Amino acid sequence: MASVVVTNGIQLAQPQVLRLTVDDLYRGVTSEKLGRYALALFAIAVAGGVFKYLMRRLVIGISRHIEFDLRNDLFAHLQKLSLGYFQHHRTGEIMSRATNDLSAVRMMLGPGVMYLVNTVAVAAVSVGCMIAISPRLTLYTLLPLPLVTLSVWVFGDRIHRRFEAIQAHFARLAARVQENLSGVRVVRAFAREERELEAFHALNREYLDKNLELIRTWGVFHPALSFLSGIAALLALYLGGREVVAGRITIGEFVAFTVYLGMLNWPVIALGWVINLWQRGLASFRRIDEILETVPGIRSRPGAARPARFRGQVEFRGLTFAYPGAHRPALRDFSLVIPAGHTVALVGRTGAGKSTLLSLPPRLFDPPPGTVLLDGVDVLACDVAWLRSQIAFVPQETFLFSVTIGDNIAYGVDGATRGAVERAAQIARFDAEVRGFPNGYETLVGERGITLSGGQRQRAAIARALLRDAPLLLLDDCLSSVDTQTEEGILKGLRQEMEGRTALLVSHRVSTVRDADCIVVLEDGLAVERGAHDSLLALGGRYAELDQQQRLEEELEAS
Amino acid sequence: MSHPDEEHVGRAYDRRLMRRLLGYLSPYRGAVAFAVVVALADTLVQLAGPYLTKEAIDHGIRQRDLGHLDHVAFLYLGVLVTGFGLGYLQTQVMQRVGQNIMMDLRMALFRHIQRLPVSYFDRNPVGRIMTRVTNDVDMLNELFTAGVVSIVGDLFTLVGIVIAMVRLNAELMGVTFSVLPLIVVVTLIFRAKVRRSFREIRTVLARMNAFLNENLTGMSTVQILNREPRNFEEFRRVNADHRDANLQAVFYYSVFFPVLELVGALAVSLIVWYGGRQVMWTSVTLGTLVAFIQYTQRFFRPISDLSEKYNILQQAMASSERVFALLDTPVGADVAPRAGVVGRLAAVGGTDPGAFAAFDGRAARPGAAAADGAAPLRVEGIRGRVEFDRVWFAYRDQDWVLQDISFRVEPGERIALVGATGSGKTTLTSLLLRFYEPQRGTIRVDGRDVRDLDARALRRRMGLVLQDVFLFSGTIEGNLRLGNPGLDRAAVERAAREVNAHEFIERMPHGYETAVEERGATLSVGQKQLLAFARALAADPDLLLLDEATSSVDTHTEALIQSALQRLMRGRTCLVIAHRLSTIQDVDRIIVLHHGRIRETGTHAELLERRGIYYRLYRLQYAGGGRGAPPEQPDEPWVAGAMPAIERFTDLS
Repeated sequence: MASVVVTNGIQLAQPQVLRLTVDDLYRGVTSEKLGRYALALFAIAVAGGVFKYLMRRLVIGISRHIEFDLRNDLFAHLQKLSLGYFQHHRTGEIMSRATNDLSAVRMMLGPGVMYLVNTVAVAAVSVGCMIAISPRLTLYTLLPLPLVTLSVWVFGDRIHRRFEAIQAHFARLAARVQENLSGVRVVRAFAREERELEAFHALNREYLDKNLELIRTWGVFHPALSFLSGIAALLALYLGGREVVAGRITIGEFVAFTVYLGMLNWPVIALGWVINLWQRGLASFRRIDEILETVPGIRSRPGAARPARFRGQVEFRGLTFAYPGAHRPALRDFSLVIPAGHTVALVGRTGAGKSTLLSLPPRLFDPPPGTVLLDGVDVLACDVAWLRSQIAFVPQETFLFSVTIGDNIAYGVDGATRGAVERAAQIARFDAEVRGFPNGYETLVGERGITLSGGQRQRAAIARALLRDAPLLLLDDCLSSVDTQTEEGILKGLRQEMEGRTALLVSHRVSTVRDADCIVVLEDGLAVERGAHDSLLALGGRYAELDQQQRLEEELEAS
Repeated sequence: MSHPDEEHVGRAYDRRLMRRLLGYLSPYRGAVAFAVVVALADTLVQLAGPYLTKEAIDHGIRQRDLGHLDHVAFLYLGVLVTGFGLGYLQTQVMQRVGQNIMMDLRMALFRHIQRLPVSYFDRNPVGRIMTRVTNDVDMLNELFTAGVVSIVGDLFTLVGIVIAMVRLNAELMGVTFSVLPLIVVVTLIFRAKVRRSFREIRTVLARMNAFLNENLTGMSTVQILNREPRNFEEFRRVNADHRDANLQAVFYYSVFFPVLELVGALAVSLIVWYGGRQVMWTSVTLGTLVAFIQYTQRFFRPISDLSEKYNILQQAMASSERVFALLDTPVGADVAPRAGVVGRLAAVGGTDPGAFAAFDGRAARPGAAAADGAAPLRVEGIRGRVEFDRVWFAYRDQDWVLQDISFRVEPGERIALVGATGSGKTTLTSLLLRFYEPQRGTIRVDGRDVRDLDARALRRRMGLVLQDVFLFSGTIEGNLRLGNPGLDRAAVERAAREVNAHEFIERMPHGYETAVEERGATLSVGQKQLLAFARALAADPDLLLLDEATSSVDTHTEALIQSALQRLMRGRTCLVIAHRLSTIQDVDRIIVLHHGRIRETGTHAELLERRGIYYRLYRLQYAGGGRGAPPEQPDEPWVAGAMPAIERFTDLS
């Protein structure tokens, strides 16, 4: 703030020197004196420049630092929010908070503050000096200036809104193109091309019109600004000239006055802009604050348990669970005790509740109190971070990050050694393939790297989970995209790994689940059959049907 | 700068591309010429301000001639008003031209896309093609609106200022211009630094947004792996990079502006020192001094602007290269029949050859509306005899999806295609619709090679019902009218009634006028099926291609669908990819596809008796269950006879 004031103080000295110079010119002056004046002008400019530099760096710099902190806070808070939050808020929406809104807040705190202070300081000093020269002249010449501020404010706002309308329409245009492209076969099959062209033409036409609307406003705005400030200059020239002629002010004062007026030009424009910045910035800040004020749906209770060791006993006790907002429960009265070190397999149709069951021990969703227990302790009483660190989870959909394959496998473990990563990949039957990639474990995954097949992704996820070396293993249909032969190999390796660990696995294949200690058939949230492979086959129920169907499939494939 | 997401920096000027781009300006020649004239006039008016100030000071104020002062002030006002008008005109005209060219380009792209072969969309992701039509075209707008005319204007301004200064006082101009190299150097250095800085900012920003986006999408994975602290650290780091890159730009700006002002102040100081002495001893007036100071200040902007234009040019070149590459992609064989593939770029022919040409509009590329080539045979109506004669097809190289397929469908016959997923059923219908061309063999309709028929007219005679019903944005009615836009409301309603769709449509908030939201996400699977039936029926096709849906629906809807299906198929030649037992039992003949070959043909009873592939497929459905099966309705038993079970024919493999 101080630097803003100092900068302007220095700046305002310049016209005074000019005034002396011009007045002296007419009284007769030595060339040394002129040289001194010129030097003074330059010196003032240097001093002013230094302070201007400091002001910009400080004020704008601070706003960048605030933006940095705010963005960090936002990210940290987002990390605490539960899966449910992200299912109800689209990624694009949150992204827009973290980018557009944050930048609006930054504009308010940076340029918004700088130009506000600047305007006030310049206006105070230069108007003061102008009044000292001629109060009457000051009054007349300042008349058009509030108009400038007002028009920047009003026009700026209107332009902003028109611009947003154009952006929205642009999104519609893009959506239309996308629809046409994704439905290309239907478009062709119904010979719809002309209709599509017509519809696209109409949308384009509308887009054009919206743009022209903006141009009309925009086209007036800029010339209007130079017109208004030109009028102020003209008034100074005309009225000031008359004052000089009338002998009320000297010609030097006249020149100084015009320069002061010129200095007001930009601050007056900036003021209108600043008002817009503040309006937008405050609205954006409210939206960001909304996220920051959201209480995480899943969090550790105060004094939550962090037992030293988790032995591996898992119990579901009369569990009935419905997703927030859903009418029908996804699981109904489900009870099962898995002794430490045992393997339980879940089979059943899509939507039977298998994945839901797996998402409860790590508290991706919170079960009702007392229904899911680890070593007899309610998961709700456990610290969330501790709980998850005890679980190796392979979700149905593998999410890989755009880092190297090695880093993806080591994603859940701090400082994993290369040897450990390779060992995990070997068990997942992934190691040999990774070595075949251009850069081995250093190969990038994703847009900038290679695209992995479904089976490769699943094996990466298995390796990632195994590396965690956790007492509880949750595998959600993680071999579905792997061919039967590879599956066999992975299962062999897994069996060794599962030795001494508790495992809960979901599969559609009989071959995957047959060796489990217990197989549970889920149907519509209910456990309808349970037992070992042989006893379930003997039962002749749904599991036996599944087995028969898969035999037929194999037979058909071979024919 | 090793990130591949770094923008492509190419040449700023490419003669071939530039000539083609300027070709789009030609329909607006008049407007552009007008804009140039306006820009020149605007420059003159801009230059008048300082001169009038000089006049006012020297001849008005100093001579104490109030009449002259009034006169000059009046002129000044005139200049201001004219400047306002010219400024407005210039923006209007150039922006209009730019917007119109963008529209022309978009339409040209979209029109071309409608004629690209279907296989093009297999190879190119939707997002990439979209970027061409949206962002790349937008980038070119900058070139047309901010580039072409204002370069002329800027140059003219610079020349004008020099001339004005020389005429005022050549000696003083020499003094002033001694600082000019300084301005140019400072500006060029700054622009170069800032450009690099902005590139860095964009790169870091892209990295930060990608990281953020990835973390938001994969948040559950992050949380389940206890990765939050480490990812926060990573985010902090990229966030800090972003901050620092911006602070670097802030630094340049905070140096540049004061330095520029300093150079300006230097010029003013020189003028005061040198000019002041001249005022004392020679003829230079105070007004000249003031005018000089004002001219000097106006000299900065065009220089800074011109250096910015280089960027715009560079980006426009990169964008236009991509846009033209898409426009130059050859169109599909289906819209360019054998006889005149090359010559037939614009006119599509068929029943209404002018359809596309109508949208070529004012900015059609010269030569695009080429001669019609050999006109394909018209298709007035087909009797419906379909013949596949030793057809081989592969999407890629020798990966045969269909091998040696031969069969014939007589008019009015109903044929069911049966087979596991990947056996080639859908491909077969795609070939009939001419989405792809077979590598070997011939497909005939009514005895004529389909390659000799106009594809669009042929498709009009075929009705297509796909498994995934694709609904377009618009109303329900608009979707039902898809195949026959000329249909009136009564006919649409009749079709809907016929296939049991009328009832539920009537129950919707606005009936037939109800808007389809998000491609029909609010409609149930069964409703969408019925809409697809109504759509096909409304078009009254001669040949019906039907890909039955596998999704299960409740028993009531299932009954509606079945009766609708019977009415839809009545009296038509039908080729059905069948999953439902009732459909299969009703057809005249079943063709069993297995690994791309026809393995069995016959009626349901015959094939069951043969105990071959069909028999196994059939038993498999009977067994029920299985992976990938859709969620079951609670009131339906696990194996409810053949019906729900038979629906899963395609969910194998």
